Amino acid sequence: MHIVACIKQVPDPSQARIDRETGLVIREGVDKIINPYDLHALEEALRIKEAKGGKVTVLSMGPASAEQVLRDAVAMGADQGVLLSHRQFAGADTLATSYTLARAVAKLENVDLVICGKQAVDGDTAQVGPGMAAKLNMPHITQVRKIRELTEDKLVAEKLTDRGYEVVEVPLPAVITVVKELNEPRIPGLRGMMRAKKAEIPVWGPEDIEAEEDRFGLKGSPTQVWRTFEPERQRKGEMLEGTPSEQAAALWQRLKAL
Amino acid sequence: MDYFLTEEQQMIKELAARIADERVKPVAAELDEKEEFPWELMKILGEADLFAVWVPEEYGGLGGGVFEQALVVEELSRACSGVAVSYAASGLGSFPIIMFGNEEQKQRYLPDIASGKRLAAFALTEANAGSDVSGIATTAVLDGDEYVLNGTKQWITNGGEADIYTVIAVTDKTKGPRGYSAFIVEKGTPGLSFGKKEKKLGIRASATREVIFENCRIPKENLLGREGQGFVITMKTFDKTRPGIGAQAVGIAQGALDEAVKYARERVQFGQPISSFQGIQFMLADMATQIEAARALVYSAARWIDSGAKDVSQAAAMAKLFASDVCMKVTVDAVQILGGYGYMREYPVEKMMRDAKITQIYEGTNQIQRSIIALDLIKKAARKN
Repeated sequence: MHIVACIKQVPDPSQARIDRETGLVIREGVDKIINPYDLHALEEALRIKEAKGGKVTVLSMGPASAEQVLRDAVAMGADQGVLLSHRQFAGADTLATSYTLARAVAKLENVDLVICGKQAVDGDTAQVGPGMAAKLNMPHITQVRKIRELTEDKLVAEKLTDRGYEVVEVPLPAVITVVKELNEPRIPGLRGMMRAKKAEIPVWGPEDIEAEEDRFGLKGSPTQVWRTFEPERQRKGEMLEGTPSEQAAALWQRLKAL
Repeated sequence: MDYFLTEEQQMIKELAARIADERVKPVAAELDEKEEFPWELMKILGEADLFAVWVPEEYGGLGGGVFEQALVVEELSRACSGVAVSYAASGLGSFPIIMFGNEEQKQRYLPDIASGKRLAAFALTEANAGSDVSGIATTAVLDGDEYVLNGTKQWITNGGEADIYTVIAVTDKTKGPRGYSAFIVEKGTPGLSFGKKEKKLGIRASATREVIFENCRIPKENLLGREGQGFVITMKTFDKTRPGIGAQAVGIAQGALDEAVKYARERVQFGQPISSFQGIQFMLADMATQIEAARALVYSAARWIDSGAKDVSQAAAMAKLFASDVCMKVTVDAVQILGGYGYMREYPVEKMMRDAKITQIYEGTNQIQRSIIALDLIKKAARKN
């Protein structure tokens, strides 16, 4: 079974700040990590491979520095990593990103299952997984919390919903996006880390994936970010005085006034 | 301070630190409270290839040595030295096999130790044989193709949990320590059993038990080295593992200093953080200086031993002695800086102080270390004259 795990390099959300002047995310001095949800996608891919055999390819689109997350994935046990990186890929919205990743999956041979994190913690759109499925003409299940059954031609999974979960069956090949409840990602071993250091990470551009012009990067992106800003936060506290019933009455007046 | 680690050593240190922070620290207090053996963490260390660092490459290891092991032990000890010692004891049990085992013994035992699949332990101490090794009463008698072991070993780290035991027993009573031999005994051998888990002051996650031999028959191929080599094997093993105790001590002390600095910056008394008081600053400065000196000594000794140098007993003893004394002092001071909070189990430093004490005691008390160092000095001086 050939499983593709899609991973994204994101700024560590615990360190992320927005420049109030420019409205851009400050990237300097911020550690870059694998998007936390994608770690669960990769872990699941590795577990499937360990249980059923096959191989795991990790795919990422981003600047040249994103090579590091692919190496981290190889250290954890992925067989190979492919980086989609090109000047013309830059500025992609979720539509162009879905298209570009889907082209890369199509380029990889005999893919049975594509696993993505449910969303990236920097963009928070949760659109790329289903977007890829649409471009690949594959069925998809989002928010997978458990894989119940996986055979050569079908997958049965529990999909997390607001009220509980749904059990969904899809034929393979398929795309799924996963939530954190699915598994606990492993810590890589020394041998894996040494292998990762030496691993060749091919870099693919538009020609390698035979991408149609105007469908990737800034040109292929109908969505443009107009402004990014951090909301002004205002907090003030006020103590209500008096007996408990007086305080309750005063609180009620305040709430009514809102 | 930069100790000029190789790329691989840096990787080992960072990986051990990551496991310590992400997996060990969150459960350290609970493991201590429940006195629970950390099997789950041993599995994680195994999967991370950290049991492989001191095992030669031909036997499934990564070909490092005392220094690489020390890096791991130090990082784990920052988080929980009960976990660290359970890991390190597998090294203590396996160094005799690495140094004195024949090809067949190495092939048979080392790959499983390197993968973390099986833990090892070293069984030397007895009720009447502590600092004075000549009190050993466990016997091994050759009977046909088998040795028959009888006796009780005491306070064996990883006892009952380990699968592979290196055991020191008397094969010739007339020769004193020159009549000791070393054997490999596997868990599950009829006649091998374990006593109850000891209740300890510190390192409570680790398992310490009696290892009992009652007509325990092992194939004679399980003799390590030759008959009569047991004492030498023991001393050479401790030369390899004492820097590891030093590393444990450095790790505990570093963990305590980190907590003390953090607390001193947060705790406000007399209207300002206590870190602004010179009385606290000087304590922190002394703690940091002593830890760095201990680390430098431990690293130097470990690297020197790994270089294949002979006559390393003095350096190994110094590393263990100095670092463990520093560790005791630093952890007591850390509790003092945290004051009443430091005395409470909600904060991690009281555990570190309890964990520190054993580093002055096991693998030779610090008094024995001083004897080793002094005898070495006197012997060398005598040779010159």
